[in-house]
Amino acid sequence: MSEPIIRIDNIVKRYGPLTVLDGLSMEVLPGEKLALIGPSGSGKTTILRILMTLETISDGFIQVDGEQLYHMKKAGSLIAADERHLHKMREKIGMVFQHFNLFPHKCVLDNVTLAPMLTKGIARAAAEKRAMELLDMVGLADKAKSMPAQLSGGQKQRVAIARALALSPKIMLFDEVTSALDPELVEEVLNVMRKLAAETDMTMLLVTHEMGFAHDFADRVLFFDRGKIVEEGKPADIFRHPKQERTQTFLRKIIAAGHRV
Amino acid sequence: MIDWSGYIGLILEGAWVTVQLTLMGSALAVVVAFAAGLGRVSRFTAVRALATTYIEFFRGTSIFVQLFWVYFVLPFAGITLTPLQAGVLALGLNVGAYGAEVVRGAVKAIGREQREACIALNLSRYQAMRHIILPQALPLMLPTFGNNAIELLKGTAVVSLISLTDMTFQAQVVRAQTGSTLIPFATILVLYFVMAWVISLGMRWLERRVSRGLDGVRV
Repeated sequence: MSEPIIRIDNIVKRYGPLTVLDGLSMEVLPGEKLALIGPSGSGKTTILRILMTLETISDGFIQVDGEQLYHMKKAGSLIAADERHLHKMREKIGMVFQHFNLFPHKCVLDNVTLAPMLTKGIARAAAEKRAMELLDMVGLADKAKSMPAQLSGGQKQRVAIARALALSPKIMLFDEVTSALDPELVEEVLNVMRKLAAETDMTMLLVTHEMGFAHDFADRVLFFDRGKIVEEGKPADIFRHPKQERTQTFLRKIIAAGHRV
Repeated sequence: MIDWSGYIGLILEGAWVTVQLTLMGSALAVVVAFAAGLGRVSRFTAVRALATTYIEFFRGTSIFVQLFWVYFVLPFAGITLTPLQAGVLALGLNVGAYGAEVVRGAVKAIGREQREACIALNLSRYQAMRHIILPQALPLMLPTFGNNAIELLKGTAVVSLISLTDMTFQAQVVRAQTGSTLIPFATILVLYFVMAWVISLGMRWLERRVSRGLDGVRV
């Protein structure tokens, strides 16, 4: 059994008087594909945002790849991480957003090469070579010189995936990456992710409402409700034989809304 | 019969002073606007406070008073400026304060999603500002910057009060010498309008240039 690559230990997240996560603990193994499901407002997206350091935590500890994410050791004691420590930790993690968040003033190729060149000092030629490989992988090599505004939603999201991969993170976070897409464009993005899951040993955390995809993609499914993990297990168990009433209710609603399992 | 050519020449000399004041004042205003505008969004409280103080002070007092301070009061502190330097300084600082709010507004308008993409891609704050935020914020600033530049052009007339021979000053000289009001003031009316029009055209050209490929779309 290998050491967990992510170890979340009793974290609390509050927004003013609202407690979104209340003493949450979970672990993720290296290479594991994890699907986080649950009603909106259940805290699943918040976990991804916290891991990407887009939100801070109110209490608790998170260890990523053997190091504290929000803390660092100084003179033997743990103190809050500074900007430098966060930069080091962010190298390990990549994220793909619901709304793509491409840079609209840069062409597809520049979107992908920008961060490797700036943060890792990779030369343009090498960065472009790698970017073209990644764009080829997501099926968009012919769009390298297009501007984001000229692409469809599905194409944008595939560029965003290539952009995140260009930094070779150990952990990839996918935050409802198909929720903003027209239905007919969902599949092209999911195909890329299937390919990614099959070809790499990256650790992947996926927040999704695509239950069918979660079923096929994930090694483990966590069902969240009100900031807590209500139930977790293998996809087949969670989707076919949910034990908790809240899981059953949620899955019933999702199916009634037309999502396939 | 008055020989107008000499008088028109006088007004054109004044027009050159006005152009100089406008160009140098605008250059200073842009520098100050970016410094103070980015200062307003700094994570350091002291920098924010300094920028806010500057902006509120220069927006909250009249350009007329500021000019007199720069020209007549600063010498008591050992700083003596030529009328042109004083004019550029007062105009630049005054208009820069308005420009700073334009910079801040445009930077703020580039939304959370772009900032978060920068964090996820591990860009530093400086890199994010330099490569992602400012290039997108610039097209948003330009229309208002154009307004500010035209305001500055028209504001240059106040420098005649510190004996700088700008276009308005010269028109008054011509009026006093010839007794004609219509011709000198019609001339500078046209000249101000032409200068403002050139600024408008220039800004429109710049806008097209910096927003190329953006098509006004946020992705």
